[in-house]
Amino acid sequence: MTETLLSLRGLTKAYPGVVANSNVSFDIGVGEIHALLGENGAGKSTLVKMIYGLVKPDSGTMVLRGKPFAPAEPRSARADGIAMVFQHFSLFDALNVAENIALGMETPPPMRDLARRIREVSEAYGLPLDPFRTVGDLSAGERQRVEIIRCLLQDPKLLIMDEPTSVLTPQEVQILFETLRKLSSEGTAILYISHKLEEIRSLCDHATVLRLGKNVGECVPRETSASEMAELMVGSALKTPQRAGRELGEVALDISGLSAASPSAFGTALKNVHLTVRKGEVLGIGGVAGNGQDELLGVLSGEILTAPDAVRLDGAPVGQMGPTARRKLGLLTAPEERLGHSAAPDMSLTENAMLTGSVRENLERNGFLKWGAAEDFARRIIEAFDVRTPGPDNAARSLSGGNLQKFVIGREVLQKPQVLVVNQPTWGVDASAASAIRQAILDLAAGGAAVVCISQDLDELMEISDRFAALNEGRLSTPRDAAGLTVEEIGLMMGGAHGMEVAHV
Amino acid sequence: MDLSAINPVLLVASLMVAATPILLAAIGELVVEKAGVLNLGVEGMMITGAICGFAIAVETGSPWAGFIGAAAGGAALSLLFVLLTQLALANQVASGLGLTLFGLGFSALLGQSYVGVKPPATPKLEFLGLSDLSVIGPILFHHDLILYFGIVLVAAVWAALKYTRMGLILRAVGENHDAAHALGYKVVRIRILAILFGGACAGLGGAYVSLVRVPQWTEGMTAGIGWIALALVVFASWKPWRVLLGAYLFGGITVLQLNLQAAGVAIPVEYLAMSPYVVTILVLVILSADKSSAPASLGRIFHAAR
Repeated sequence: MTETLLSLRGLTKAYPGVVANSNVSFDIGVGEIHALLGENGAGKSTLVKMIYGLVKPDSGTMVLRGKPFAPAEPRSARADGIAMVFQHFSLFDALNVAENIALGMETPPPMRDLARRIREVSEAYGLPLDPFRTVGDLSAGERQRVEIIRCLLQDPKLLIMDEPTSVLTPQEVQILFETLRKLSSEGTAILYISHKLEEIRSLCDHATVLRLGKNVGECVPRETSASEMAELMVGSALKTPQRAGRELGEVALDISGLSAASPSAFGTALKNVHLTVRKGEVLGIGGVAGNGQDELLGVLSGEILTAPDAVRLDGAPVGQMGPTARRKLGLLTAPEERLGHSAAPDMSLTENAMLTGSVRENLERNGFLKWGAAEDFARRIIEAFDVRTPGPDNAARSLSGGNLQKFVIGREVLQKPQVLVVNQPTWGVDASAASAIRQAILDLAAGGAAVVCISQDLDELMEISDRFAALNEGRLSTPRDAAGLTVEEIGLMMGGAHGMEVAHV
Repeated sequence: MDLSAINPVLLVASLMVAATPILLAAIGELVVEKAGVLNLGVEGMMITGAICGFAIAVETGSPWAGFIGAAAGGAALSLLFVLLTQLALANQVASGLGLTLFGLGFSALLGQSYVGVKPPATPKLEFLGLSDLSVIGPILFHHDLILYFGIVLVAAVWAALKYTRMGLILRAVGENHDAAHALGYKVVRIRILAILFGGACAGLGGAYVSLVRVPQWTEGMTAGIGWIALALVVFASWKPWRVLLGAYLFGGITVLQLNLQAAGVAIPVEYLAMSPYVVTILVLVILSADKSSAPASLGRIFHAAR
């Protein structure tokens, strides 16, 4: 390693009830691409927030280029050459690109000069952007470009990237990596947070692994296998889901010629979507977020009504039925957003179990609720899916993301659906819970149900689906057998590189 | 019925007077809502400003001291809203309603000894030559300072929101407070300043009622125009010039229907009395048919968790 840029010594940060970081130390060299690996809740985000001045460490020190470094706020961190691209975009939908970028700068030039510089820098790094477009109208990939350009305009010495590839197509990822390598060769250090091991192996010079807030090991990713890194991350060997060989039955779900407008202003309309799913089959639907996933789920769940013939369940038209009527027929859905869409955050698990289970599990009589039966149902879910909670009386909000996700998926699986539609079933869920959820989906299909799994995690889709299709700008590609698909082919199905080009300076 | 009794020149001139309290309160509330805060206490802050301004003007004999006192009074009451919503993280709707009820009661208490008192007159500006012009003079150049201040304030707020960094940061805070916080902006501090500005504007608007428009003190004399100001901000799609348009429309129809009543038009008084509300809301609803631009964080409580 060359000269050290930033060294962390014994950083500790505790929140009530949880130690987010405990005595974390490592060094980042000038121009080094340094990976920070770890499961959800391992303390990666807290650690980078300390470097960026958003959170103050309880103890420990940081040294930047030989001088003590303790940023009181992001402004002073930025002044010292630290820039950050956030995991959940820190953008303002109603403002335009140039305004968003100006907000992230200390002393922005007048708008016209800024717009010119945005064009220059974005073209130099192969990330074309129109400074006067409203951010709310941009795709996820373009939004990320806004964040990156915002950082680049400040000429950073250390660029922190928090899970930057979760919203990109494989081609976009390649171009992003080219940009990052170019930056690194120009002397900018990059702290790259991810749990995608293959990406880290191809990009990073050095990796630090966090588990439960502690630094549990360092490695050189190019010389370490993905499974070794996974073991460091999880602390034990991972169980991969088992797929049983099975016979496919007749067509359970049939969508033909479906077009539907999006209910939200910044949504994507579905255009002429065709798909069929047979009994016992798992259809994986990939695509970058915001290309019609939410709308497709809405059309299947009954939140968006269509012509009766557009959606058929076992041959019967259901396009004009609401969610409850579809549930009665055996079409169940689990949306992506846990807090607010698939569960009511402030209601207890029993109440949440009742909300979707009342029809199929017979939890009400003549409009009156059967509390005992509902609580039994909630208990069955908690037991069958190993949901870690003191009991069914706890509010959904009090569960961690992974546990609530297990509850939400378990609630639908236990209702014995004919067709199950899930959106992002393992988003923000740690590796062991994710593999339990995937196993449950596979078991359900093995039992003869048809499953549609919408996800942005390609590895997940390859692991569980029989056939694969991708959504791109509201259009669904023709489904193909998942076995034997290459990453290139998948990327093209997802819409390719969306006009990005490799950096050419 | 005698429509000839209505003098169009005086009508337009008094329209501007009638619109100014709403205009002041609404432009203040617009800034508050642009920062992502919904303060339903406009009516309470207006009436508090009305009595504070009235009392201070009577005691000191100076209407200008009264207006300054009114702005301070409105801001002081909004400080209560700040404590509740920004520091104690209370619900903004409930706090705002509470502020209105409190303001109405508190102003009645303060104003007990001022009923029937006549305040010092607010002088009208005379522009050399211009004020004597035949039609334009009385309409445009024969008003008091506060009326012009209201119009200048609309222009200033519009320019500040559109062209200055301060305005950009304010909009950013109202648009996505989590992102603004992540970028290192002081969300709570910016919102507190916006709320105080809104309070001062509402107080000024209230004092304009008690010192210029009416001018006397009666309990509950703002009579719901704080609510009109609130509605105006929404229907004006958070755009300053549309607030001005809406306020003048409302003021205009109010004055016109009073004149029509006086002229004895054969329309029941109740219909005339409701006409300003109906017409203003109708026009602004039609105008706001374009993409709604409500600040995305409006009314949401900000709490810097981690």
